[in-house]
Amino acid sequence: MKEWFSQLDEKVYGKPLVYLDNAATSLRPRSVIDKWTEMSVKNNSNLHRAVHYTASKATEEYENARKQVADFIGAKPSRIVFTSGTTASINLLAFSFGECCVREGDEIIIAECEHHSDIVPWQLLCQRKKAVIKVLPVDETGHLCVDRLPSLLTEKTRIVCVSHVSNVLGIVNPISKIVDICHSRGVPVLVDGAQGIVHLPVDVGEIACDFYVFSGHKMYAAPGTGVLYASGDWLDRLPPYMGGGEMIGTVKWSGSTYAPAPQKFEAGTQNISGVPTWCPAITTAEALRRKDAGLSAIKEYVLEKLHSIGGLRLYGEPAFPEDKIPLFSFTVEGAHHEDLALILDKMGIALRSGQMCAEPLMDRFGVTGMLRASFAPYNTMKEAEYFIESLNKAISMLR
Amino acid sequence: MTLSEAKQAVVEDFSMYDEWLDKYEYLIELGKKPGPFPESSKTDEKLIKGCQSRVWLDSKVENGKVIFSADSDAIITKGIISLLIGVYSGRTAEEIADDDFAWLDEIGLRENLSPTRSNGLVSMIETIKKIANSLRDNG
Repeated sequence: MKEWFSQLDEKVYGKPLVYLDNAATSLRPRSVIDKWTEMSVKNNSNLHRAVHYTASKATEEYENARKQVADFIGAKPSRIVFTSGTTASINLLAFSFGECCVREGDEIIIAECEHHSDIVPWQLLCQRKKAVIKVLPVDETGHLCVDRLPSLLTEKTRIVCVSHVSNVLGIVNPISKIVDICHSRGVPVLVDGAQGIVHLPVDVGEIACDFYVFSGHKMYAAPGTGVLYASGDWLDRLPPYMGGGEMIGTVKWSGSTYAPAPQKFEAGTQNISGVPTWCPAITTAEALRRKDAGLSAIKEYVLEKLHSIGGLRLYGEPAFPEDKIPLFSFTVEGAHHEDLALILDKMGIALRSGQMCAEPLMDRFGVTGMLRASFAPYNTMKEAEYFIESLNKAISMLR
Repeated sequence: MTLSEAKQAVVEDFSMYDEWLDKYEYLIELGKKPGPFPESSKTDEKLIKGCQSRVWLDSKVENGKVIFSADSDAIITKGIISLLIGVYSGRTAEEIADDDFAWLDEIGLRENLSPTRSNGLVSMIETIKKIANSLRDNG
């Protein structure tokens, strides 16, 4: 499968690239790049608008992608809104949900392990509506304190926002349990699936969450592609976020009516070339999941080796193997995360260092940043070994 | 040692290393040397913005020369700021303000550091220039 991802053949500073920054964005397989190019080379036309051949071809590709994404997560196509990514999905939701359902003094519960993109849009909403944010904490091992949730929920709680898997901790949050608790109190749940969708099978019917959002670029599709899934009649009840072409029923000076969902939320020209890459991306994701056995061995190996490094603290300690995706954020005593990242970079290893868009979580653990290695199914055990060996070398350079 | 001699000395030091890891070793050694920088001086005003790690830069004027001191929580960054103040500390404000900092390109520091670090380096240079400019204009 390595041959699907031509970037893996690249060299950096004369050394083979070892790409361990998959949680930031995945590499793109040939099939995705081909579809992307094909859409620009052969099928470029604006969607839905015209009667000519190419317009219907481009529209067909776009709507096929909607069907395939819907199938992938067990949803109906009419409940899938295409956006430019997870961030755009949450901003859309925070605005539209806020307009319809949030008033002064209302409360929004956000998990402590959330990415900035699941915090700041809600803060903006709270500023607009004079609503309040409450935080569902994580414990020392990086697990959500779900037992605290019932007491956080009040009659003023309007929505609970939680990631399927945190981009820092890698722990798989018990989202079904969270949804059960919230629904028993009549509170809807947004699940940020940006990391979860890459590594876990997702069936939105089974999870029963109200909203599930994710990005294409982290799961092999083109950048600038994203999804907002909403259950039941949510999309019919929420007002539009952006106004413009294609989202309307009729437009008069006296006022406008809107198209039914999902078009109501897809104003303006959409990502014509990018959206159709969902199809090869999903095919790739499914094929890679079937070959996932190698990744489990890598996860076990890296976990064991990291634990054996003196002064290393891992954030997100799994209670059992399936409790964590192959994503490891850590700090090392006497070795700053940025120094380690710089040295490892020159060894050919791409990692993430810093706050990882989760400053409140950094504060929670009392650190200014962390180093993160995140693996994808195309990473090999050899690369994992090289990473551990290089990390040890870098630490000894700094101490 | 004049300013141009000091710059030349660093350029020569760096030219001995072919590999970037060796250059990092050099910066790490420099960064490990404890500089006199009191914890009480690590204030937000002395923090250089735009770096991934935290870098503090302080300055004072003694006998018409600008004396810099600096610290960082990351060693390579501390090595880089030490390199900079090793060259510019003890110079007049005019000398620093008029310098083009081109020697940093000669040793490849600017292009060989990751973008975030490169931004950090740019911020360090700008802060040094700003201090020199304001001392020159007010002095």
